[in-house]
Amino acid sequence: MATDAFPAHGAGPGEALAGDNYLTHDHGILSWLMTLDHKRIGVMYLIGILSSFLLGGIMAMLIRAELFTPDQMFLTENKYNEFFTVHGAVMIFLFIIPGIPGALGNFVLPLMLGAKDVAFPRMNLFSWYLWMTGAFFFLAALVVGGLDTGWTFYTPYSTQTSYVVVAAMMGVFILGFSSIFTGLNFIVTINTMRPPGMTWFRMPLFVWSLYATAIIQILATPVLGITVLLLTAELVFGIGIFDPNLGGDPILFQHFFWFYSHPAVYIMILPAMGIISELMSVFSRKPIFGYRFIAYSSIAIALLGFLVWGHHMFVSGQSALASFIFSALTFSVSIPSGIKVFNWLATMYKGSIRLQTPMCYALSFLLLFGIGGLTGLFLGALATDVHLHDTYFVVAHFHYVMMGGTLIAFLGGLHYWWPKMFGRMYNEAWGRLGCLITFVGFNATFLPQFLLGSRGMPRRYARYEIEFQGLHQLSTVGAMILGAGLLLVGLVLLHSLFAGKRAPSNPWGSGSLEWQATSPPSPHNFEDTPTAGNPYDYSQMHYDPRIEGYVPNKTVDS
Amino acid sequence: MNQTALSSESESGASHADHDHSPFFAHHFESPQQQFDAGKLGMWLFLITEILFFSGLFVAYAVFRARHPEVFADAHLYLDKSLGTVNTVVLLFSSLTMAWAVRCAQLNQQRGLIVCLTTTLACASLFLGIKAIEYAHKWDSGIFWAGMYQPLADYHGDHGLSPFLIGLSVPALLALVIFAVAAVLAYARRARQQLIVFGGLALTSLAFFVGVGCAKAVPVVVDAMVGGDHDQATVVSVEGGRTESVQEGSEDAEQPPDEAPETGPTGFSPAGIFFSIYFAMTGVHAIHILAGMGVIAWLLVRSVRGDFTPTYFGPVDYVGLYWHLVDLVWIFLFPLLYLIQ
Repeated sequence: MATDAFPAHGAGPGEALAGDNYLTHDHGILSWLMTLDHKRIGVMYLIGILSSFLLGGIMAMLIRAELFTPDQMFLTENKYNEFFTVHGAVMIFLFIIPGIPGALGNFVLPLMLGAKDVAFPRMNLFSWYLWMTGAFFFLAALVVGGLDTGWTFYTPYSTQTSYVVVAAMMGVFILGFSSIFTGLNFIVTINTMRPPGMTWFRMPLFVWSLYATAIIQILATPVLGITVLLLTAELVFGIGIFDPNLGGDPILFQHFFWFYSHPAVYIMILPAMGIISELMSVFSRKPIFGYRFIAYSSIAIALLGFLVWGHHMFVSGQSALASFIFSALTFSVSIPSGIKVFNWLATMYKGSIRLQTPMCYALSFLLLFGIGGLTGLFLGALATDVHLHDTYFVVAHFHYVMMGGTLIAFLGGLHYWWPKMFGRMYNEAWGRLGCLITFVGFNATFLPQFLLGSRGMPRRYARYEIEFQGLHQLSTVGAMILGAGLLLVGLVLLHSLFAGKRAPSNPWGSGSLEWQATSPPSPHNFEDTPTAGNPYDYSQMHYDPRIEGYVPNKTVDS
Repeated sequence: MNQTALSSESESGASHADHDHSPFFAHHFESPQQQFDAGKLGMWLFLITEILFFSGLFVAYAVFRARHPEVFADAHLYLDKSLGTVNTVVLLFSSLTMAWAVRCAQLNQQRGLIVCLTTTLACASLFLGIKAIEYAHKWDSGIFWAGMYQPLADYHGDHGLSPFLIGLSVPALLALVIFAVAAVLAYARRARQQLIVFGGLALTSLAFFVGVGCAKAVPVVVDAMVGGDHDQATVVSVEGGRTESVQEGSEDAEQPPDEAPETGPTGFSPAGIFFSIYFAMTGVHAIHILAGMGVIAWLLVRSVRGDFTPTYFGPVDYVGLYWHLVDLVWIFLFPLLYLIQ
């Protein structure tokens, strides 16, 4: 894990008291695998999560490549089914859901609270091991082959296809508990370990969003747990609850599944929104606009998210009344989402905007999430959904929200906290270029898919009519650009580890507490428990060109 | 491990006043009180996840019962109300002793703490023993979950030893032998703490067989009290009604319950779903009992070691909460499954 890249005694600019930090404090692989330090666990999550992203991304590239022509190029229909299943399952369960809370949240949350660690460090490490175990089951399912149900594992097909579904189910079950324990840890940490001076409404908004996320993780994930357990029992014993041949109800599985998986969408997007709230304020050099509204809207999204699962099932035969109610409730979720977007815009208004790399991602997020959110309205409306259901329109929509939203925000957050995590600055120009290529590639990939979908191209098909070929080829070329962009992003970040400039404590001029720790932080984060003020007050600091970072105006309070 | 090493350095800060006494104070907390609060909140949140975990099963129950009310009413007659009642009382009692254990820890009554924890363990084991009889009895008569549901028409009570019962008893028997031997060894070595722990665990394993014995005895006693073969007769008639009914019928038919039970298009009996749900709910509950027993055994080890004091009793408290939830789930399962009519 590249710890040797960080000399213990760096006297780079801005690191007056650098010496011992969490990366160099202990050596050896065991000091990582047995660590209880939330920062190291966060880094281990980061490595695991980025590896799964790479795996899922390679799958996506192969799928897009196969779709370059209407006929078979190199994937048979069955292999194609397996590929999109594994792509979806890996991206959802191994990357997006644990991504921001597991990697960035673990690293940043205690620092933001001025705490030494999360409330339950052992449970934190345990949940990382659970994540690894779940990932192992997914890999096993991938190696064995034959997992072709789609990431939704709908019955009755999933009870009739191969037994490899059991491995995937175990993976999902274990990953679910990893997610639950992370959420539990965060709620307890936020409730009991805030520093003096940090009232609920002085918490950074990223903390609020992690809190809202944790609520969903705790309330929704157990339902997924029992669902996959019942599905496993269905496969192994034939308990018949989901199997129509035994008197069961396959639609019940859909209800159970979406009762988790719709709120899970908010597990994915809420922390992303929290990151954007931080970035917007810091890089506009202006206090966040409508703090309380953004904070409450996170909680509102978390709670409303539980009431809309039926909008995935408009054409599954649920009653018209149920569809009507679910549709109406679905629109209500757009209110808190809209509140956030308008507050971000108002934050930028008359701000002193700096287009550093994290802010470029934040702006990308705003555009892509805007498109993703607005196209969601067509799918939430009953009449249009019947036409668009199970087409590429849906694929494009959720990629705009999940990838354009969550992944872009994740990258923004990663670039924002990278100096804190590893003590190195990446190259700004290349970082921005990576963001630009990713943005262009992303739109080239998924905008054509909206057109494909509205013209009737169904999702999950390995072959298609010749009339769709032009748009499919555009999408495939876009995917390659997107892949190149992400590769560049990865290279820029990796390069910084070895050749980056040393990061000052506060390179961006942020007001939240994690920037009061050294970069990288010492093993127990702070010398003394810091006192929290307003996290969005930028008047108390100024730029010091000697260290290329910000320092407090009064140097008394270190 | 690493953690304590790490933060013992930062520990020298003056802000932590009064925690040097407890060896179980984790140093990333500001005070023992904060540690206790964090643990308690964590446990409550965990209990919420547990409730939602069970909620899936309760929803499945509600859906299928609403769809086939008469099937549920008929099928539940296979369940033995008297054994269910005994088990309810046993679990309630174990909750009492668990709460008592928390009290003992708070009052520094070490002996009482050990006795209460052992009693709780024994009650849990007794519960499982009775449950084993119930399961074995059903499996003997061909009552499985939907996929294997083939009730035997000619099954009239148990004769001799059931292979299923033996199978279910093997783990308890193994535990009994291992713990008894360990207890004897501890006695020989005069290791008093080990003797108490292993003795308690051997007692716990023994309680499983007490439960089995109880469950064998209860129907006899109930029969004697109620007078005769009333229950048995009902069950047999229900079985007869079910097995002869392989005629076609629609799934959502609204027949009166005493007509031939409905069957699905492929000839399945919807009663199988009832037993799927029965086994799923009681099975998941039993897994929670087992997990609880594991944790209480850990508490027993620690309390024998004298870890718990009036200033540090968090784990006893948290496990107590968990145990009450497991009890509470049973309080809902019992009427929903055993007392439908």
